Amino acid sequence: MANIMIRQGEKGLTFYLPKRDLEASIESIEFDSPEKWGGELKLDNGGSYYIDPIAKPPRLPISLRAKRLGAAED
Amino acid sequence: MTTLSREETEALIAEVLEVYPEKAKKDRAKHLAANDTSIEQSKKCITSNRKSLPGVMTIRGCAYAGSKGVVWGPIKDMIHISHGPVGCGQYSRAGRRNYYVGTTGIDTFGTMNFTSDFQEKDIVFGGDKKLTKLIEEVEQLFPLHNGISVQSECPIGLIGDDIESVSKKSSVVIGKPVIPVRCEGFRGVSQSLGHHIANDAIRDWVLDKRDGQAFESTPYDVAIIGDYNIGGDAWATRILLEEMGLRVVAQWSGDGTLAEMMNTPKVKLNLLHCYRSMNYISRHMEEKYGIPYMEYNFFGPTKIIESLRKIAGFFDDSVKEKTEAMIARYQPMMDAIIAKYKPRLQGKKVMLYVGGLRPRHVIGAYEDLGMEVIGTGYEFAHNDDYDRTIKEMGDATLLYDDVTGFELEEFVKRLKPDMVGSGIKEKYIFQKMGIPLRQMHSWDYSGPYHGYDGFAIFARDMDIALSNPTFKNLTPPWKKVDAEEVKKAA
Repeated sequence: MANIMIRQGEKGLTFYLPKRDLEASIESIEFDSPEKWGGELKLDNGGSYYIDPIAKPPRLPISLRAKRLGAAED
Repeated sequence: MTTLSREETEALIAEVLEVYPEKAKKDRAKHLAANDTSIEQSKKCITSNRKSLPGVMTIRGCAYAGSKGVVWGPIKDMIHISHGPVGCGQYSRAGRRNYYVGTTGIDTFGTMNFTSDFQEKDIVFGGDKKLTKLIEEVEQLFPLHNGISVQSECPIGLIGDDIESVSKKSSVVIGKPVIPVRCEGFRGVSQSLGHHIANDAIRDWVLDKRDGQAFESTPYDVAIIGDYNIGGDAWATRILLEEMGLRVVAQWSGDGTLAEMMNTPKVKLNLLHCYRSMNYISRHMEEKYGIPYMEYNFFGPTKIIESLRKIAGFFDDSVKEKTEAMIARYQPMMDAIIAKYKPRLQGKKVMLYVGGLRPRHVIGAYEDLGMEVIGTGYEFAHNDDYDRTIKEMGDATLLYDDVTGFELEEFVKRLKPDMVGSGIKEKYIFQKMGIPLRQMHSWDYSGPYHGYDGFAIFARDMDIALSNPTFKNLTPPWKKVDAEEVKKAA
């Protein structure tokens, strides 16, 4: 599990992993409706993370705990 | 020297890498690349923020340098204690030219060095008592300081001193903030982690101290984040923002104070110049206080105008009008500068490796003068920095991450730039090679370079460097081959 931050970038959502100073844009989010938001995040660097689905946060950025499903290759 | 094609650039990289042993070659190859403007993501062409290869000459600094030297150091009304042996603080003292207003030693302490001067017995028995005593002495000798930060050097982490507890206790005794910063030099691969640690310390110990207090705010409050006032940069920035009708509440951290930092959560917009060293705190403020941040660039008229309009976009029409009026007012001045210097500088080629993260910012300023940047790289950048750089640089130009002394020298020999924008540590190589250079880390003891006024100085300085006759006279007379004799021999 890792702390991550999701913020609204100029072109869609961006993913930020403070521990590794990793910034990437989110290509797809599994659930994107007002009551259920989250799930698997696919990043443009090839990695993917999972966040527990929550109600859509009223304001971004938001810090969340995420599980790494597949790491981006270095 | 014409611009290299992609194949030539790649061949050059392969040739330079030839001297390394197999393993080192494989590692270094990932850090050198020909720029490809078509890709969105830098990690496809260049690897960054990795441990330097042992045995090569890297130009990187340490976490202490990132925290004490970069982020905390310029906060003028605080005393930054270099906690540990004397050298770290003394050899980095006052070299960065973070200008400030105030009386040094009375109410400002920017260029002074405070250290706990660790000796053998402190390593053996711990330095906590010494730190307590030091803080008491500081309070007695410099009563007008507004706070203390304890910047750890390597031994503190190694012997496990509890500076947090000392700080908390001393803070109560002196009635001022005492901030422990765990920026031991061995942490991380470069000074970049020091920036992060320093930002986190600000977040935990400074930022929320005035939450809930009354503050007379206006809709036009902004903070300048990540401008270290090198040679007066932040002042050159500030006058432009004020002319736009904005109120600059805080300057981080050049010519900044502790009170300004505590007031920053009250602003409406954070203006982020040095993304690398201060994005952490900007992200935090965006999340916690809902303050948006915006990266801007005040080098060279093209980027200044772009940035000013973008900043004005966050505010109402009165700001936009003032901005346009200001742009129009400065335009003749900019045209005059470009008319004067562009013919002298047109087509000159520049290579940049300046230590900090300025290359991607100054590319625009060089282009305004008709100069071309043919190679650039960073000491301590991350992927997101290269993401932003790729778009600024021309296709197939050379990129080098954490370049080694050898590689940089070879690249310069082969690419033969007309000028090198170098950092502090590597500039002497180029000086001896007889290549015109500007030390672009602290503006070669000139500046400011930010803003409209800064661009005038920037253009003049580039011209001074390039037209300097010294560089043509670096070959001693006995090594000069007479053109006539060559002809005769042939």
